[in-house]
Order: sequence, then C-alpha cells, then structure tokens
Amino acid sequence: MRAWPGMAAIWNRRRIPLAWLLLTRQPARLAVALAGISFAGILMFMQFGFRDGLFDASVTVHKLFDADLVLLSPRSSSSVSMAGFPRRRLVQTLADPDVAGITPVHWNLVLWRNPKDLSTRSILALGFEPGDPLLTVPGLAAKARVLNQRGRVLFDELSRPEFGPVAEWFRAGRTVESEIGGKRVRVGGLVGLGVSFGADGNILTSSETYLQLLPNTPPGSIEVGLIRLRPGADQALVMKRLKDSLPKDVNVFTKQGFMDFEKDYWRSSTAIGFIFTLGAAMGFIVGCVIVYQILYSDVSDHLPEYATLMAMGYRLSTLLGVVAREGLLLALLGYLPAYAAGQGLYALVRSATRLPVYMDMPRAVLVFSLILVMCMGSAGMAMRRLGDADPAEIF
Amino acid sequence: MVEVEGLCHWYGAGEMRRQVLQQVSLTIQPGEVVLLTGPSGCGKTTLLTLVGALRQVQQGQVRVLGQHLNDSSRKQRQQLRRRIGMIFQGHNLLRCLSAEQNVQMGSDLLPNLSYRARRDQAREWLRAVGLGDHLDKLPHGLSGGQKQRVAIARALAAHPRLLLADEPTAALDKQSGREVVDLLKRLAREQHCAVLMVTHDPRILDVADRLVQMEDGRLMAARVPEPEPAA
Repeated sequence: MRAWPGMAAIWNRRRIPLAWLLLTRQPARLAVALAGISFAGILMFMQFGFRDGLFDASVTVHKLFDADLVLLSPRSSSSVSMAGFPRRRLVQTLADPDVAGITPVHWNLVLWRNPKDLSTRSILALGFEPGDPLLTVPGLAAKARVLNQRGRVLFDELSRPEFGPVAEWFRAGRTVESEIGGKRVRVGGLVGLGVSFGADGNILTSSETYLQLLPNTPPGSIEVGLIRLRPGADQALVMKRLKDSLPKDVNVFTKQGFMDFEKDYWRSSTAIGFIFTLGAAMGFIVGCVIVYQILYSDVSDHLPEYATLMAMGYRLSTLLGVVAREGLLLALLGYLPAYAAGQGLYALVRSATRLPVYMDMPRAVLVFSLILVMCMGSAGMAMRRLGDADPAEIF
Repeated sequence: MVEVEGLCHWYGAGEMRRQVLQQVSLTIQPGEVVLLTGPSGCGKTTLLTLVGALRQVQQGQVRVLGQHLNDSSRKQRQQLRRRIGMIFQGHNLLRCLSAEQNVQMGSDLLPNLSYRARRDQAREWLRAVGLGDHLDKLPHGLSGGQKQRVAIARALAAHPRLLLADEPTAALDKQSGREVVDLLKRLAREQHCAVLMVTHDPRILDVADRLVQMEDGRLMAARVPEPEPAA
C-alpha cells in the first residue's frame, strides 16, 4: 500500500459499497437481472458469431494464398463468378523491382462426380504450375510434385462428405478415380483447405490438367494472379505503382483487400448481415428492457431510503452514482456468464457446422461495450425516478 | 443554534393556497432540548422541515447553525443538512444494510476520516445505544425500539450540532419509547447537541428543557415542563 499512496488514499476514502449491497442483498432480483443480461449477451455473441463466421467462411481459401498482392479481372465479382484476364498482365508486374515472384492461378467451379454414388456436385478447382508457390499450406510443395503427371488432382480432405469418401479411400491405399466434366482424374494426394461459402470442396491441379478439364478456357487467360513482394517492400506503394502502370483490364488488390472484396460480395448481395445484425439488436433491446425494469423498480422500492440519505446531507449526485454503479456491476456480472456460454456455444457451432466461429477480441469487446451501454443507458433512465425522492416528504 | 423570526409558510398555489405557519418565532440555545407539541396538522412537521433545511423558506427569517436559510441554494441546504441529525417517525433505516453499515452511512459524511476510523465510530455509537451485540443484524431482524436506537446512532454519527426528531416514539410501546427518549437526551447532552423534537406522546414531555405548544400554525406561550411526578 505504501508504494501506492494514491491508491491507499482512495481506499481509505471509500464508503459503504451501497450499490453492491443493494444488488447482493436482493438475490432474487439480482438473479433475474443477470439472467436477462447474460441472455442478451449470449444472443449477441451468437448472432455476431454466426455473421462473422459466415463471412470468414467465404474466404477460407483466399486466406491461404501465398501472396502480398492479387490481380483480378474487373469483371470478377466473387469466388463463384470469376472472369479471366490476360496472363501477360501478371508477367508485366515482374518489371517492378519490388516484385519477387508471381503465380498465375486458374480458378473455376467444376462438376465432380462422387466416386461412390456417382452423383455430381460443384467443386472449386484451382490450377497452377506445380512448381510455383500457391498456398501457405505446409508440405504442399512436396505433394504438388505428383500433379506433374497429367490427370492428377489433390483433393481437399475437409470438403463436405457429399463429394464421396475420397479421403478415406485414399488413406486406405485405394486408387481413387473420378470424373470432372467427362474427363477422368485420379486423386494424387490430400490437402486440408476447408469449405467456404462459394465452394463445398476444393481440388488442386496443374495448369495443364486444368486446361484439359476446361478446354474452353481462352489461351493465355487466368483468373487470379498472385504477386509476392521482396521483404521490406512498401505494399501500398507497390500497389499504387502497379495500378498506375497496368492497363484498366486488371484490378490490383492487397491480400486483405482481396478477402474484403469477397466478404463485401456476400455482405451486400445477401441478407446475411442484416438478418444477424437484427438478431443481435433484438438481444440488445430485450436486455435494455430487462435491466431498465430491474433498476427502475429497485429505485422505486428504495425511494424513501434515497430520500432519507438526501435528508442526511448526501448529494443527489452521490445517489445517482449509486444507481450508475449498480448498472456497472450488472454489466460486469452479467457479461462473465455470457462470455463463458459464448465460448461453449462457439465450440458447439464449430463442431456442428465447420464454420470458423471463434471468440475474437474485437467481438468480445463489442459485446461487452453493448452490454455496458445497455446497463448504463437503463441506469440513466432509472435515475430519473430519483428526482422524485423529496427529502421534505419523509417526515 | 436556531433562530426563527416571523416565519410564514404556505402550501399549494392560487385558490388552493393555504397558510400553515403564521409568524412563527423560536430560538433554541446550544444543548437545549425543546419539545414541540400540538394537534395534528398544526404545522409542527412543516416547521421541522424548514429548520432542517429540507424546504425552501418562503417568508421570514430562519438561521440555523449560523447559516441564513432565506434564499439558500440547494447546495447550501444539502451542506447544512450534514450538520443536522435527523430521526424519523419510521426509523427509515436502509433495509439492505446491517445496523453497523446503517450507522456508518452517518459517519461516512465526516470528511478526512479513514474507512476504518468511520467504521470504528459506527461501532462505538452502536455500543453507546446498547446494540453492541447486534452490529451485523439487518433492520428486519431488530425490534422497533432497537431500530429507533440504530437511527439515533446514525443521526449522531455525523457529529451534528442540532438534532431534529419527528415523533420518534410513535411506533414504540411505552417502555421502549421511554428508553429511546432518555437515551436520545443523554447522548445529545454528552455531545452538546441541541434537540428539537416533535411529539404527540404525553408520556415523554418531561425530558424537555422547554415545551413549545403549537396550534393552527402559531406558537403558543412556551412553558417549562412540570417536574416528573415522584414514582
């Protein structure tokens, strides 16, 4: 304490913790309030979690690209509608001194035949030169060597089960063959990428095999161009230089911009964002109503006691502070169970839907801020009742 | 201590305006115990709230503990109330606080004292009112007389120079009422604290140094109480 004279002085000046006692000596009321706040918090965690999880899921593959900058055709609007652009645009970027490497990537949805029940389903096919870096997946370079053989693909073992028991069969040592667009392909290995919004599964293949599977691809056309910069290069500066030097038939994105572009597509062209934000708003409003009811009736019940304190010479601001502290305590006490339950429910959602829903810091802070606003706003409204406490009326 | 001169007070407005105090003048000396009696509705409680700085003075002079209350601001009255102890007809204790914490709500008003010192004072006061064994009891666990004694301890804990009491024995039986006023008088004496007590209770009039009779908003002649009849 001596090391903290300021703290010690504050500690010595403290008074009876009236807000805390008001709450804890009425356990039934406190339980109702905390249940309401936690419920609102859990609802907000779930809705925001689903929303962000769905948007994050739209860039599962985007995230993995080994790139600093990305070239796309201006006609591409999302991962499910990619348009081609001339491959030489990507090659042109090598003229920039800060560009260290490039990878041209073919990207399209193809129909994969389930080798077990022979049904077909749309899968994302990425075509690249097997020697080029493509994804930041460990061990990919070694696995990619098998793609040098024509007609070989690497199958994403995290793909949805509707594509067939490819991974199980492959691991069991069977030769797994399937058909894409009427052409026979053989699974040459497994990779782990993950499903996204636009694609229930993924395969990787060489450019050569890709062009065989999709013979209508115009020659010299690619869908995605990956650009890697020298260490220490100024990403924004290089991006500006490339934008200025390249013709308008390509767009330059940072990797983050590429992901945001995809997320924005789902955000603006679907009602997902609206639905889940509305759900969170409902939770917020329900929480506000509950906290307001609790604090208002608490102030009303104790009005003669507040009037007595005013008669004793306590300032009105001190009493308002008591109500504010009650709101603050409710926010803190109600947030903790909501946070814990949120963690548990996220784990449940992850295992049930494979959506990448995690408790990240910004969301934890966002929900806490909303709960704080909810409790303090309600406390502010309940404070108006204190104005009715007239010390002259208590005699 | 208290100087009231030509005090008039009205309730309501317009047609409904009704005068409750008419030209009231009253002086209380330091350490004096003054009892104010009279029929219901004669303005006793209004006088008490005006002296206690709980209401704005409308007309006349009121000076309490050296401060003029005419045209006083809310802030001034709140500051003055810290130096006035108040005891109510109902005990008005905080239900969620223990006896000790209730009394500390009084001593918490004292500046420049550590938490521990204020708590120790609160305990000291509870011992002084004979409740040293009930420090941690909540009000609903105490009898009416005990609650009123906690209220006295709370009022005195802020070291007031003036104590205002409004029918402190109204809710009590004869014996505990007697004990409470005796205690009140003894402790007020020890603290050199003046007391203005409104009461209907004829059984306790003898504690007064001076009795003041009130009727229809006017003070009647003050008189010294008759000596207590020998038991």
